[in-house]
Amino acid sequence: MTSPLEQKKIRIAGPSVVTANRTWDGVVIYRSPQHGWSVELSDAAIVRTSDEARALLAESAADDVGAIGAYIAPVEISDTGKIKPGNLRERIRSKGITIDLPVPA
Amino acid sequence: MYAYDELDRTLINERVSEFRDQVKRRLSGELTEDEFKMLRLQNGVYLQLHAYMLRVAIPYGTLSSKQLRRLAHVARRYDRGYGHFTTRQNIQFNWIKLAELPDALADLAEVGIHAMQTSGNNTRNVTSDQWAGVAPGEIEDPRIWSELLRQYTTLHPEFSFLPRKFKFAITASAHDRAAIKVHDIGLRLHKNAEGETGFEVLVGGGLGRTPFIGKTIKPFVPGRDLLSYVEAILRVYNQYGRRDNIYKARIKILVHELGIEKFAQEVEQEWLATRDSALTLDDAVVEEIRSRFTYPAYEKLPHMPDELKKAAHDPDFETWRKNSVAPHKVPGYAIVTLSLKPVGGPPGDATADQMDAVADLADKYSFGEIRVGHEQNLALPHVARRDLPVLWRALDKVGLATPNVNLVTDIIACPGLDYCSLANARSIPIAQELTRRFANHDTANLIGRLHVNISGCINACGHHHVGHIGILGVEKNGEEFYQITIGGRADEHAAVGTLIGPAVPYGEVADVVEDIVEAYLALRERPDELFIDAVKRLGVEPFRERVYATR
Amino acid sequence: MPLVKNGKIATDTFVRVADDDPLPGDGAILISAARFLEDTEAVSRRLGKTGVIWPNNRDVDDLVPYLDRLAAVALVFPTFRDGRAYSQARLLRERHGYRGELRATGQVLRDQFMFMLRAGFDAFEVKKESDAVAFTSTAKRYSVFYQPTGDGRVTALHRRMQQRHSESAGR
Repeated sequence: MTSPLEQKKIRIAGPSVVTANRTWDGVVIYRSPQHGWSVELSDAAIVRTSDEARALLAESAADDVGAIGAYIAPVEISDTGKIKPGNLRERIRSKGITIDLPVPA
Repeated sequence: MYAYDELDRTLINERVSEFRDQVKRRLSGELTEDEFKMLRLQNGVYLQLHAYMLRVAIPYGTLSSKQLRRLAHVARRYDRGYGHFTTRQNIQFNWIKLAELPDALADLAEVGIHAMQTSGNNTRNVTSDQWAGVAPGEIEDPRIWSELLRQYTTLHPEFSFLPRKFKFAITASAHDRAAIKVHDIGLRLHKNAEGETGFEVLVGGGLGRTPFIGKTIKPFVPGRDLLSYVEAILRVYNQYGRRDNIYKARIKILVHELGIEKFAQEVEQEWLATRDSALTLDDAVVEEIRSRFTYPAYEKLPHMPDELKKAAHDPDFETWRKNSVAPHKVPGYAIVTLSLKPVGGPPGDATADQMDAVADLADKYSFGEIRVGHEQNLALPHVARRDLPVLWRALDKVGLATPNVNLVTDIIACPGLDYCSLANARSIPIAQELTRRFANHDTANLIGRLHVNISGCINACGHHHVGHIGILGVEKNGEEFYQITIGGRADEHAAVGTLIGPAVPYGEVADVVEDIVEAYLALRERPDELFIDAVKRLGVEPFRERVYATR
Repeated sequence: MPLVKNGKIATDTFVRVADDDPLPGDGAILISAARFLEDTEAVSRRLGKTGVIWPNNRDVDDLVPYLDRLAAVALVFPTFRDGRAYSQARLLRERHGYRGELRATGQVLRDQFMFMLRAGFDAFEVKKESDAVAFTSTAKRYSVFYQPTGDGRVTALHRRMQQRHSESAGR
C-alpha cells in the first residue's frame, strides 16, 4: 500500500477516488463528497485533477481513527455516469473475491 | 499432546488482556495506526483487501480435537464459516472484525491456543514435522525441543523487535517434511558418534524476493546448549542485521553478506560468552517438558486385520489407502493424511463443519489428536489399521478423502489477490483450474509425485521457489502474468527452481503446466523416475522448448 | 517528556548538554557518546555525575572500560520498531555488570515497558504522558515469564521444577 506521503508525488491520469479500510471491522470504504466514508463506490467523491486528488487524500488521511491506509485509486466512469473500479485489485476490493466462498453466505 | 499447565494458561490470558487493551486504545484514537500496526502484527492481525485477517498458531502442527472444535467455533462465530491452513502450521481467518478480535482470542485461549508472534518482526511459530512422534525411524520426538523453543521465543524481551521476521523449523527424520532448509534457523535432530543427541543447525534459509537455501553453521550442537546457541544467533542478528532496507533485513542477507564462516565466528564468539548460563537445558529441565507430552496407549494390533483385507476389494478404497496412508512407528497403526485439496477447491481451506467432523473422527480413531502439515493438509496421526475402511467412508462424506496427497493437484497456494493486499495476482483460481485439469486420479497417479506451488507475489507465501513446478504471479501493465519455474524442492535436497522463460498470462498457466507435464511423461526414463529427478537429469531446456515452441 | 524512574514519574536530575555547548562545572549531565569518548578524562574530572547517550549502532564494548565512572547510560530507540538497544541493555547489565541507571530514550511507548524492564532498563523517557501514568499497571500486566534474563524474574520452567521438587519432598 502506498503511503499518503509517497502519493504526494503521484499525478492522476484519470478520474479517481480515495479508498481505505474502516478501522473497527476492516471493511472497504470510499471517501464521500460529504467529508465522510461510504461502503459504496457509487457514493465516492470523484477527483479529476492531481490537486483535487491530493486535497481529498489529505482530508481522508487526517481521519486516522476511522480509517486505515487511505490512498488514491483509479476509476472508470461509464457513459451513464456509473463509477467502476479502474483495475483488478480495486475490482476485487469493491466486488469481493473472484471465487466461491467455501461456505455460501 | 503437550498439556498446558496453569502457567502457560495464565500467560496466554495475560496476552489476551493486553491485546484487548491495545484494541481499545486504537478504537478510541489513543493509538495511531502507525503505532498500533506493529502491536496488532505481534498478535497475528493483518489488514487484507476486504477485512482484517487473524493468523492463529498451531505450534509444531499438533492440535487436540477440543482445540480444532474451538477453531471451528471461531470460524462460525466471528468469521464466515471457514479457515485457511497455511504453509507454516497456522490457520487464518479472513473476515474477522477488529472490535471482536479480543473475544475471539479469549475463546481460543480457553483451549490453549493463541496468535502470539504469528506475524511481525519477531520469532514466529516454531514448526516441525507433522508426523513428529509417530514417524518410523525418528531420532526422537522433535516437539519436545519445539516446545522448549516455543516457550523460549514467546514474548522474548530482547528479540521482539528484530530487523525482520524470524522462522524456526525442526525435524528429527531423515526425510525432511518440515522444510528446514528454507527457514531462518533449521534444526535437524541427530546423534553424534558418541551417541549424544543434538542438532545440526542451519541458518539463513528463506524464500521471498531473494531465495536462499540454509547453510550449516554448526554440525552438532548438544541438546543442552540449544537455547544458548540460538540466543547467540539471534543476538548477532538483532545487532547487525540490516534495518535500512526491508528487502535486505532477513538473516539470510546478513549471512550472505558476511559469508557463513564469518557469521559463524561472530556467533561462536557470542556463544562462548553465554553457553554456560541460565539457558543451559540440563536433563531435568528437558525431562520436565518431555513429561508433559502424553502419548496414546497403543494396543497390540495386527498389521493386516480382516477389515483391511476385505476393503482391499474396493478399488476406490485402495486408491485412497495407497495415496493417503503412511506407515506408523507402532505396528497395526497408520498415519492418515486428510487432503484439503479437493478438485475445484481453494487449497488449504476447511469449513467449520469439516473441522468439527475431523475433531469427531480424531476422537473416534486417532486418540483425539490432529496434525497440520506445511503442505496445507491435515493428518490423523494414530489410526488403527483396522479402522481405515470406516474412517475412509467417513472422510469421504465430508469431502476429505481426495486421494491426491503429493500428486499434481496437491497444490500449495497462498491466498493471493483474492484476499491479500500484498499480492499482484490471484493464486486460488489458478490452483482451482489446475485441479480441474488433472482431476482424473489415474492420470495424476501416472504422473506421480509432483508438487505445484503458487504464490501471488514475490513474498513467496506459496513457496513457489521450492515447488517442483513453481508459479509466481506478477503484474504487467495491469494484467496478471505468471512466471514458471521448475526443479525446486523443499526437502532434505532443497533447491530453488529455475525460470523456464517469459511470464505467461493468467489464461495460459494451466496449459503451460500441462505442457510441462506432457514433456515429462514423454521424457522420463522409467515410470518411476519422478518429475523432479527428470528435471535434474535433463535440465530446464527440453521443458522450455516444449512450452515456448508454440507460444 | 516525562521520566519514569523506579516505577514513578520523577524529575530528571540530568541535564542534556549538546555537543557544541560548554560543559557545566557541576551537576549531572547527559552527553553524546562522541563527546564523551573525545576526552573521557576531562569529562570525568568535573564535579557531578556523567551520563552517556549511546547510539544503538555502536558496539557497547567501546563503552565497557568506562562503565564504573558513569552514573547513567541512555540507550536509544530511534523508532519503537528498532530493537537493537534491548541487546545492548542486556549486555551492559548481564555481561558487563553495569549497575548504574539504564535509561530508555527515543520512541518509548507503553507497550514496550515490559520488554525494557526485563532487558534491564530502570529509567524511561516516555513519549506520552498517558503512557507514563500507566507505567505501574503496565509493568504488572504479566506474571509468567518464559525466558531467563538478568532481571531475576523466575522463569516458568524453574517455577515448575521448584513445584515438582516441593511436591516430591512433601510426599
